[in-house]
Order: sequence, then structure tokens, then C-alpha cells
Amino acid sequence: MRKTTLAAAAGLTAILFSGTAMAGKDLDTIKARGNLICGVGQGTAGFMMADSQGKWVGLDVDVCRAVSAALFGDSEKVKYVPLSSQQRFTALQSGEVDMLSNNTTQTLTRDTALGLDFTAITYYDGQGFLVPKKLNVKSAKELNGATVCVAPGTTTELNLADYFRANKMTFKPVVIEKVDEVRAAFFSGRCDVYTNDSSSLYATRAANPPPPLKPEDFIVLPEIISKEPLAPAVRHGDNQFADIVRWSQYAMLEAEEYGITSKNVDEMLKSENPTIKRILGVTPGMGKALGVDEKWVYNIVKQVGNYGESFDRNVGSGSVLKIDRGLNKLWTKGGLQYAPPIR
Amino acid sequence: MTDVMPAGERRQLAPPTVETGVFGWMRKNLFSSWGNGITTIVLIVVVAWILSNFLHWALFTATFDAKSGAECRGHGACWALIREKYRYIFFGSFPYEQHWRPLFAVIAMLAMLILSSDRRMWNKRLIAIWGIGSFITFLLMFGEISISISLILFMALAVGGLGMILRGSIAPPAELNGWRALAGIGAVGLVLRMVGVLPAWGLAIAPFSYVETGLWGGIPVTMILATYGLLFAFPFGILLALGRRSNLPLIKGLCVGFIELIRGVPLISLLIMASVMLPLFLPSGMNIDKFLRAQVAVILFAGAYIAEIIRGGLQSLPKGQFEAADAVGLNYVQKTTLIILPQALRVVIPPLINTFIGFFKDTSLVLIIGIFDFLNTANQALVDPNWAGFPGEVYLFAAFVYFCFCYSMSRYSKYLEIELNKGTRR
Repeated sequence: MRKTTLAAAAGLTAILFSGTAMAGKDLDTIKARGNLICGVGQGTAGFMMADSQGKWVGLDVDVCRAVSAALFGDSEKVKYVPLSSQQRFTALQSGEVDMLSNNTTQTLTRDTALGLDFTAITYYDGQGFLVPKKLNVKSAKELNGATVCVAPGTTTELNLADYFRANKMTFKPVVIEKVDEVRAAFFSGRCDVYTNDSSSLYATRAANPPPPLKPEDFIVLPEIISKEPLAPAVRHGDNQFADIVRWSQYAMLEAEEYGITSKNVDEMLKSENPTIKRILGVTPGMGKALGVDEKWVYNIVKQVGNYGESFDRNVGSGSVLKIDRGLNKLWTKGGLQYAPPIR
Repeated sequence: MTDVMPAGERRQLAPPTVETGVFGWMRKNLFSSWGNGITTIVLIVVVAWILSNFLHWALFTATFDAKSGAECRGHGACWALIREKYRYIFFGSFPYEQHWRPLFAVIAMLAMLILSSDRRMWNKRLIAIWGIGSFITFLLMFGEISISISLILFMALAVGGLGMILRGSIAPPAELNGWRALAGIGAVGLVLRMVGVLPAWGLAIAPFSYVETGLWGGIPVTMILATYGLLFAFPFGILLALGRRSNLPLIKGLCVGFIELIRGVPLISLLIMASVMLPLFLPSGMNIDKFLRAQVAVILFAGAYIAEIIRGGLQSLPKGQFEAADAVGLNYVQKTTLIILPQALRVVIPPLINTFIGFFKDTSLVLIIGIFDFLNTANQALVDPNWAGFPGEVYLFAAFVYFCFCYSMSRYSKYLEIELNKGTRR
């Protein structure tokens, strides 16, 4: 009888745990597996979402595609795992995903205590203000005495209070829990201003004004009152993989800086500029140093595009969101996006 | 013979015309008094007003064909959104050009459910229906199924063991020997497989490309979670209910503890435990499929609730039934399966189906652990900035689909109630 029980237990165990493997170093595991497992969010317009055909698209998704292009020469070798905000860090720690690219704000505690390594910043987000154009407000400094719609209990509410106090202004908060209701309150005129992360403000503006109001009737004020640097993350322990993620992002920025786009990348291969030759692997060495194919940047730019193309397509002028490049302009154009040289 | 009416009888007259036909019915039921008449008129006006507004929005000014949400703005309902997104809402991220696979998997599951709702199928045929139906469903969804030799041996052991227990001492010796042989082959084979004598052989059936559970979404996910959740929860619940009434203190304590523990926490916390806590306890690199984890959480949760319902059924049986079974000389398993359960289950079918309906909808909670069930794919359709801003249409559509499923279950429950109680009705 005992033997039967044992055998039954063994059989059950064999069934339940078949198909699992022990992981070694992250990069080796990924290469052996043949695809990259990328943890994304559950849908944020422009950053990560499944389109009508179920394909994942967005600015954060393009980072996963770029890493895949660098590793495998094919941007489609990615498995996307949608994660809720509660599970995302556990999923990365436990090895369920190789990397996170889901609008995670880089902070000190996350970088250290949670055992994450943030790579390069994909998008400089920050809290901003959405106002109707008819208010004739050009700057957040003119908002003295305004009623402000805000979600409770978040850093958003605290930042708001700090900002108004620092500028010696007063405001009347309208605190509403649910995003849909906050938006409805704002568009029905219950408050003059709606404050949230600016990427979310643009999404609100693009989709939610009830007719006959149009998106153009609202503007996002230029002031950004908090820092929300959004960056992909990998777990501690495999620096080489972290390097590949980081430099895949830098490669997209470098490509934009040197004018390499998905359309002209083939002509650029013939360029005489030594920097471009190095970036595109015409002069070999960079790929070997990083531990990937020499044509890694070529593959990224050809299949995913440079940072500017990705930005325009997903959140910028080529999309419905029409987010201003703002802080996310290249450093050469007055923004913060600055990639160390590939050499 | 003349046509003379017997004394004392009257010619039967037709009722007055004001009492018959449509007008008579209306007079009797809608306008029997001043108060009722006014209520009727007020209600008719209210319903007509709501209906006309709804139809105006949903039909007359609705947009059925548009390139993007912008074209819908300022009009009524934007059904073009559903038209654009329905394939995603139904099948999620399953590879687009292979959507016929989940479609046929859903059809197979529906066929399986409809066939097994017919009482004439409630015998050995049911096992065949579920075996074949499940095989087709998972073959279509996964694209390939690998049946390992361990699984086959384990099944042999389980079936043989079950036969030995269920048919012990009431079956002819030849049949019993058959069960013993089956269990023996399974047990010996498993031991040989474990010490490495038998190779890791497996039967791989792979007619289509492999699609992992992470890409599943929409209605197949909801149906699989609910159907198989309840399928496995049902026997589990029966065991728990029996265990709770057991005389053995340890078993009783375990069952009571389990039931109370599960009933004491919300399903969401169980799901979060399964998806967030469990991976931390497992050795690094070892992953149990997220879908499987959610499925197990649903089974555990539904099992505890079903156990309590079945316990109610068990308690409704008179003691004489137990004593009679003992007197005939049946052992515990036979007594339970042949005498007690058939009667107890008949009593609890309506509350069971009520629980089933509840769990069909509760499966939508898996969205908090990132599984894209039907409601979550509908949510996702709202994220697309090209089409954002029409939540009403999407949720109405999702509600309609859920209603179709739940209403048919509820009608079926009503039919079963009448059907199964024929014997007790006068």
C-alpha cells in the first residue's frame, strides 16, 4: 500500500513539474531558450498594449524588441508576460520574466532593496497639469486659487500640495478615487485643472473629451513638478545581460543622434563617418565587446527603428496621443536623452 | 327524440365580449382599478422613454463602420469599436491567423457541455464525451500534446485502484482480477520508470504549432478556467464534505480547517498568493505555469464552497439510508457511491448550479494576476488610444456574452429541478 502511495505521488510530481528547468546565468538561459521573456504591464496607451490583432505594441514594448534584435537578430523572438503592478517585481525576482519593461519608475529603494537593476531611462515622465484652453492659462504659476482634480493617496496628491505651497499659491482639491470618475469630473467642469503623470494626461486628452469638446480644446502646461524616470529593469546577478539591455536602448538613441533610421540604415552602411561605421558594425569590435552579433545595431534600427521613430510611432506626433517630446528630446536638441558613445 | 333540455339546465352562453380577447385580458390584468390603471400607464411611459433613448443611442444614431474612434465621436453608440476588436476580445493574443483554433476549441467545449446536460448521457458515455471533448479542446489550444509514459502508467494505476475500491466484493472475481492487473501494471511500471529501467518515452501528437498558455486569452480562458475548475472542484468538494462528516478526528479536522480557511479569505487573495507568493517559495528557475496556478486556486476555492453545499445534501438524508446500506453489507465506498451520494446530490443540484454561475463570473478575477480572460481582453480593447473613450459599448457587449452563458445555465437548472423531482412530486 505504501509503495502504491509513493508511486502515485511520484507520478503526480512528474506530471506537475515536467517542463520546468533549472536556470543558470540569465543570459545563457535566454540564449538556450531562444526567446526573451519580457514582463509588460496590463495596458497603458502608447507604452504597452495589445492591438486589434493581439500583437503587443508601444514604447516599452519596443525596448523588448530591440533587446531581442540585439540578442537573436530578430525583434519578434519575445514572449510578453502581462503583469499587474502587484506581481511585477516578484515575477522578475523569481525568474518568471527576464526583464521588466512596464513603465516602472526608477527609485533608490527599488534599485537596491528589491534587488533590481535599472538600465537606461526610456521616458522622462513627471506630474503635469491639464487645463482647458478657454482658461487662458499659459503656466502652472498662474493657477492660484484653482480647483484641482486629483486621485487620493498617491504621491501625485502630495506633490501637488508641495508645489502650490512652494509657490505660495492656494488650491481647492477635488479628490476622487477612480480614474474614469476623475476624468468625468474634469471634463464636466467640476474642476479647472486635472493633475497626473503627463503621459497619462496626454492619453486622457486624446480619448476622453465628451463631444462637442475636442482634444485640441485642452493643453498640458509646460511645468513638470515631479520626477518619474521610467526605465526597464533586470534582476541583480547578470551584469552582461543588463549591459545588453542598456546598450540596446543607447543604440536607439545613438542611431537617432547620427540620423540613422529604419529607412536609410542600408545606405548608412556605406557611410564614411567612422562613428557610424562603428555603430553599424562595419568596423567590427563593438558587438564582440558586448557579446552579441556585430550587426546588432543594424538589426535594432532596421527592425525597430531609432528612438525618435519609436517615440513618434507610439506616443508622439505619429500617434493619437501626440505627446510632446519635451524632456525626451535628444540632448543635442535641449532634452535629457543622452547616450554614452558606442566606441 | 326531441331536443328538449332536461329540467334545471341552462344553455351555456359565451362570456361577454368585454371579458375575452386582448381587451378583456388588459381590463382584467392592467386596468382592474383606477390605481392599477395609473400605475400601468406610468410604467409604460417610463419603459418606452428608456427604450427609445436606448434605441436612439444603440441603433439609430450608432456608428457601425468607422476607421477609428474619432469618426464615432458625437454620434450614438460606437459599435465599430466592437467590429474592430471583437476577435481580440474573444481570443486575446492567440496568433491572429490561427484564431480558428480557439474558435473550434470553444465549439468543442460547448458541444461537450450541451451533450452532458442531457440526462440520457449520464452514464459511461459521459466519460467518453469529456475525454474526447477535453482532448480536442486542449489539442486545439496547445497545438501539440505530449503524453508521457509516466502519465499513462499513472492513469492505469489510478483507474485500477479506483476499480478495486469501488467494485471490491460485489464484482465477479474475473473483473476484480482485471482491476488488480491494471493497477499492478501501473505501479510496477512507475517504479521501473523511476529507477530508470523504462526510457522517458512519450507519445507526441503535434498537428499544429505550439501555443503556450501565456498567449491564450478571451472566451476560451474563461470557459476553461470555469469548466475545468468546477470539474475538478466537484469530486474534491465531495471528498471534503465526506471528510467533514468522517468519524476519524484527523481527517475531520483537516477538512474542517481547509474549508474554513478557504471560505475565510477572498478569492483575490488566493490568486495573489498563487501568483506572487508561490514563486518565492519555489527553487529559483523553477516555474509552474501561471495559468495552471490560477486554475489550481480556482479549484481549491470552488472545492470548499461545493463541499459545504454537498454537506447540506448529506445531512438531509434520513439515517435509515445509512443503516440499510450497512445492513446489506456494503463497504464504506460502496455505501457512499451507490446509496448516499446519488440521493444527496439530487437534493443539492439547484444550489450547485447557482455556485457554478457564480464561479463562471468569478473567474474574471484572474485579471489581477495578468491572465487575459474575457473581461480583461474587453478591458484591453479600451486601452487603444485610437478607440479609447467608449467603455459603455465594450462593457455592454461583455455583459451580453456573460448573460448568454449564465442565463442558459439558469434555465438548465430550472429544467433539471423539475426533471429530477418528478419522483417526489404528486
